Order: sequence, then structure tokens, then C-alpha cells
Amino acid sequence: MTDLETFRTETRAWLETNCPAEMRAPVRGESDMCWGGRNPAFQSEAQKLWMERMAERGWTVPDWPRDYGGGGLSAAETKILRQEMARIGARNPLMSFGISMLGPALLKYGSEEQKKRFLPEIARGEIRWCQGYSEPNAGSDLASLQTKCEDKGDHWLVNGQKVWTSYADKADWIFCLVRTDSQAPKHQGISFLLFDMASPGVSTRPILLISGYSPFCETFFDDVKVPKDQLVGEVNKGWDVAKYLLGHEREMISGMGLGGNGESLGAALAERLSDDPLLRAEVARFDVDAMAFRAMSERFIDQLKAGQAHPAQPSMMKYAGTELNKARHELVMAAGGADALEWESERSKGGKAAREWLRTKANSIEGGTSEIQLGIIAKHILRLPGT
Amino acid sequence: MPLYLTDDQAMLRDTARSFMAGEGAIASQYRKFRDMNCKDGFGHALWRHFGEMGFTGILVDEADGGLGLGHVEAGIVLEEIGRNLTPSPFLITAVTVVEALRGTPLRERWLPGILAGETVGALAVDEGARHRPEAIAMQAERSGNGFALSGRKQFVVQGASADFFVVAAQAAEGLTLFAVEKGANGLDVEGVRLADASIGARLEFERVEVDADAVIGEVGQGEAILSRVLNAGRAGAASEMVGVASGAMDMTVDYLRQRKQFGKLIGEFQTLQHRAAHLYAELEIARAAALKAQQLLDEGGSEAEAMVSVANAKAGRVSTLAVQEGVQMHGGIGMTDEHDIGLYMKRDRVLNALFGDAYYHADRLARLKGY
Repeated sequence: MTDLETFRTETRAWLETNCPAEMRAPVRGESDMCWGGRNPAFQSEAQKLWMERMAERGWTVPDWPRDYGGGGLSAAETKILRQEMARIGARNPLMSFGISMLGPALLKYGSEEQKKRFLPEIARGEIRWCQGYSEPNAGSDLASLQTKCEDKGDHWLVNGQKVWTSYADKADWIFCLVRTDSQAPKHQGISFLLFDMASPGVSTRPILLISGYSPFCETFFDDVKVPKDQLVGEVNKGWDVAKYLLGHEREMISGMGLGGNGESLGAALAERLSDDPLLRAEVARFDVDAMAFRAMSERFIDQLKAGQAHPAQPSMMKYAGTELNKARHELVMAAGGADALEWESERSKGGKAAREWLRTKANSIEGGTSEIQLGIIAKHILRLPGT
Repeated sequence: MPLYLTDDQAMLRDTARSFMAGEGAIASQYRKFRDMNCKDGFGHALWRHFGEMGFTGILVDEADGGLGLGHVEAGIVLEEIGRNLTPSPFLITAVTVVEALRGTPLRERWLPGILAGETVGALAVDEGARHRPEAIAMQAERSGNGFALSGRKQFVVQGASADFFVVAAQAAEGLTLFAVEKGANGLDVEGVRLADASIGARLEFERVEVDADAVIGEVGQGEAILSRVLNAGRAGAASEMVGVASGAMDMTVDYLRQRKQFGKLIGEFQTLQHRAAHLYAELEIARAAALKAQQLLDEGGSEAEAMVSVANAKAGRVSTLAVQEGVQMHGGIGMTDEHDIGLYMKRDRVLNALFGDAYYHADRLARLKGY
């Protein structure tokens, strides 16, 4: 038996023994995910157990180095782990902006001290992170951000406002873009700062969305003092870190796009399609697109691990994945008819279908709009002339 | 298996790419044979050259003198064929017909000629205007020590130049495949030029007598073989359509970088940039789907059947999008025969119809998934 075959056999056995039955079902939306944090809100004992068991092996971040709380797995082993998890329908043990966004950026740009301090707690789900990027006048034009960060000798002093900070009200720490030089060209005066949301001067307020939920917040900084060693990379070079991290965010959003369990939408809606040939045709067409996109996702991950992916490829995945996800929920609503429109009833599980449908509308806006992604593809992959 | 090409496969791609760009290019092959009104629609010298390069043997077992490779490798060659609109019997003869002959005694009769690029085999399945292999009506009656075939076939690509046909017919025992030689008594072959200048044929079988050893596989067991043959063709056509789409897109993106209007390069206009970027995304997805389908076919994966339909439907839609955008963005020049972009549009349409179009395959996927 090769090493990889042994690894597969052992992994399969371990997962069979350690993955609780309840955790072998698809996640039912954002609120059903395990997010960890200083005061973790587990939905069940099984969810807690599953996260802890996986974290203990470093398998919440299987391909990070062992020194930083990871599993130290090779690309091939990581793929096997994912395949074996998929085989039994095991869900992701920990949903975390620390894992999908900050971690990769720290691995690349963090100091050794920062890696040792922050990465293991990310791997164990001990700190819940949020992202302070957008501002009221710096959305798609992110680099025009104004949050001011002054060097006060023994600390940084931060003043300003962020918007669209996902889960800022539940987060423990924030990774934040701040302006450290207001005279420099807009991309060159930005720095990347980490700080505790419990710091004096930080306040946050949820923004109610059309779905009736508020995953996003407005966040205000009023004379927030931040220790000097919590700045990542070089002063005024934060844009490099930000861009790198955005690539990972787009990757994550595109991956969330299809719910991940690979089920055919048509199969799920089968009984609602039998007397509606046009809807059936649209759903069949969607399934073609979704299965093709799933192949693309697999290819993208394989190419990433092999260092073959174009740096702008996450833009393509984000664009295609989120447009597809919107299309999926339009079809779910059409097939659901009146049932799907009940906003609060028990039958409709509190309007789950409708609220998720509305939530997907943000997919092609958050993390860079579809138009921004298309612009990046046109410029960096197709090399079309700039304006 | 990772979903990208191995080093060996990338080498094959590079070889096929330079071969098709040189030998199989539009001016030297497609236009040349179209403009001389060639009855075959392709050049036999190039087909022999395919043989010398080993391309004809990709799906032929090593024991039979081939390379013993798989559908992934056939797809690699087909993508380059599509990119250059190379007219050749490769998809039909070296992919579907070879797939039909695999492991049967008939391979000794036909494979050496195919390997050498001397022989052309064609596939006679469809009987109506649209691809409906579920509805084969041609009759195969027991007669003497063999069968008598009666009925008609159409859209038999390269049928006019084929040395033999793989024919699907209904015997009393069920669907059966036969290898029928050109010139058989009672077989009438009428060549028809298609929109893309390739030649298809209509076949009339009037009690065409064949020996029992013309049966491919077992009598009544044709469905399984035909399904293998069609999967090979569908996955192959998906790759050729990805190639057609890539060729059209590259040509279009080049044009966007050069053509000036209103004092600007038209590639600076955001509307066109976004449409080109959307096309890029769709094309990458189609390419991934085709590769996935071929890997599953080579591994015998259980999802292969569904993925082949996904690949064909997706590649078909994307290829159509690519040629439509291509002609539109080229503007007036795109409508002229002198420019090559329109040739891509014609080839796309034929490839889309060949093994079932995007509607057929979306419907097939729905049935496979139980709705």
C-alpha cells in the first residue's frame, strides 16, 4: 500500500469513529455553522465535539504547518481528507474568517511572532474574527478608505468608520485596513492592523437587510489605542496584504456558493417539477451549470495547490459561483410558489427559503461586485487595454 | 487524479497544438478543401500524417499497435482540432469507431488501416434530423448465416468517404451494432455538404446482407456498446467545442486589443470587457467539465454518464456564446467570408448537433437524476 492509500484508510477509519452522526448532514445556512470564538455559541453538543476533535488533529486547517496549529498535510493528503469527509457528508467543523482569510495572509505576511500568537488560536476556533475593509465611501473603490491611524510612539491611534463588517457584533477581533499616510497615492498609504473589538472606543451596530437578518454591521472607531506589534507587514504596504486576502475571500465565497453537498437541484425539487415542463427545463439547465461549476471548483483547488492557478482566477470563481447561487435560489423560489413566500410560519421554517433567496442577492456585491470581478478578469487575465 | 493535465498530457497538448496550428490550420486545410469543393471535405494526406504522429492510436490498445491512452488524451487532441477547425476524421474514426471496435475480433480487420491514417470509419446511428439514439428503427433480420439490414440513416459524418460504417439496428434480440463495408449490395450513400463545409451522408439500406461476423460484440447487446461509443463521442465533441470556443475567443480578444473606434481601442470599453470576461469564465468552466467527464470515463467512475452530458451541454452552450460574441464584436468584418471568425460559427453549429445538443443533454441529465 502506498503512503497515500494508508493515509486514506486511516483517515476514513478516524472520521467514521469521530464524526458525530448529526455532523454528517449539510449545513442549513449561515446560522447553522460553527463559528467558534471567545464565547462560542454551539448549536449542539455534537457540533462542539466535532470542532474540538478536528482542531486537536489540526484538521480545521489541514494544510497549515503543525507549528501553527495545522495538520501539516500535503496537498494530496488534504485532498484525500476532503474526499473522505465528502464521502460521509461530514460538514466543515469550523467556519471562520480567520481560517479562510486572515490565516493565509498571516502565513504570507505575518512576523514569526504574529504567526505563533494568532494562527494556533485561529485553528482552534478560539477567536472569532471580522474584517474591517469597506467604508461608507470606499466600497467597490476600496482603496479610497479614510479610517485614520496615527503613530503615537508607543501605540497606534485609530479613528474612523467601517461598514459591511460581517458579524462585527459577534466578533472578538478585527483585521482592519487603515490609512497611515494621507498624503501618499491612495494605494500606498494603507496599513493592515489587528485589534481586539473589546478595546475602548470600538462600537458596532447591525444593519438590517432585506432578508430581515443582519449579518453585516457598521463599526465605529473613536480614539482606539492599538499596540504597535499588531500591524501586519510593513507600514503603508497594507494594500498588498489586502489584495492577497481578498483573493482568499473570493475563493471562500465561491466555495460557499453551491451549498457544497453536490446534490442535484432538480432531484431535490423533483415532485414540484413534474407538471411544469418549462421550470423543469430551467432547472435541468441550472444543474448542467452547477455540475460544470463544481468540476471547475475542483480544478481550481487542484490548480491552486499545485501553484498553477492564475492570481486573478479567484475573481472568476467568485463571479461565476455567486451568479450561479443567485440563479439557484430564484429557481427554489419559483418551485416553492406560495409555500416559499410565507415569511414567518412554522411550515416555511420562518421563511427560510425566502430569506436565503434574499441573502444571495448580496453574494454578487460583497467581497467585490460581479462587475469589479469582470473588470479584474478583463485586465489581468485577458489583458484588455486599461482606460 | 488532479483536475489538470499531467506533464505527459501537457507534452501531448503542446505537440498537438503545434501540429494543428501548422498542418491543420484554417488556410491550409479548412479553406483549401472547402474551396476546391472536395467530395471528402478533408485531406487524406493530413489524415495519414495524423497516423504518423500516433494520434490515430490514442484510444487503441498497445497490444494492437496503439498508444493505449484514454479519453483525456483524445480530448487534448480534439481541443486543438477545434481551435484550428482542422478537418479530419479524428473524432468519428479514431474516437467513436475505435471505441466500438475495442476488444472485438473486428479490430484486426480495421484497426491497422485506421492506425496508419488510411482507413476512415463512420458512425451510422441517427435516423431523424435530431440526435435520438433511443429511437433507432433500422431493422436487422436474420438472413443466411448473417443479417439483412433495412432502413435509413442520416448525419453520417464523413460517410461519403468512409471505408466502413458502424451501424446500429434492431435485431429480434435487441439493438445490435454491425460493421458494414462501403460498396455493400443494396447500400446507397449520398454525400451532403454541411454548413461548415464538412461532408455528411444519408444512407439507404435496402436489404444489405452482412455475415454474422460483422456483428460488433454480441447480437442484442448493442446498447451497452453504443452507450460507450456515444459517451466517447460526446465527451470528445465537448473538447472540440471547447477548442472552437477558445479559438473564437482568442481571435476576438486580439481584435478588441487592435481595433480602434471613437479614437479608442474597443477593448477599453467596459461593456465589451465585461462580455469578454464573462465568456472567459464560461469557457474555463466548460473546459473543467470536459476534463472531468473524460477522467471519469477513463476511471470508470459512476458519475461518468451524467458528467458526459454536463460536459457536452455546457461546452455546446459556451461554444455558441463564443462564436456569437466573436462575430458580433468583429462587427461588419465578422460577416465576411474572408474573415475566419464566421467559420467558427458554422463549425460550432455542426458540433452542437452531432451527439445531441444542449437541450438533449440537459434533458438526459434530468432523467439520470430522476426528474
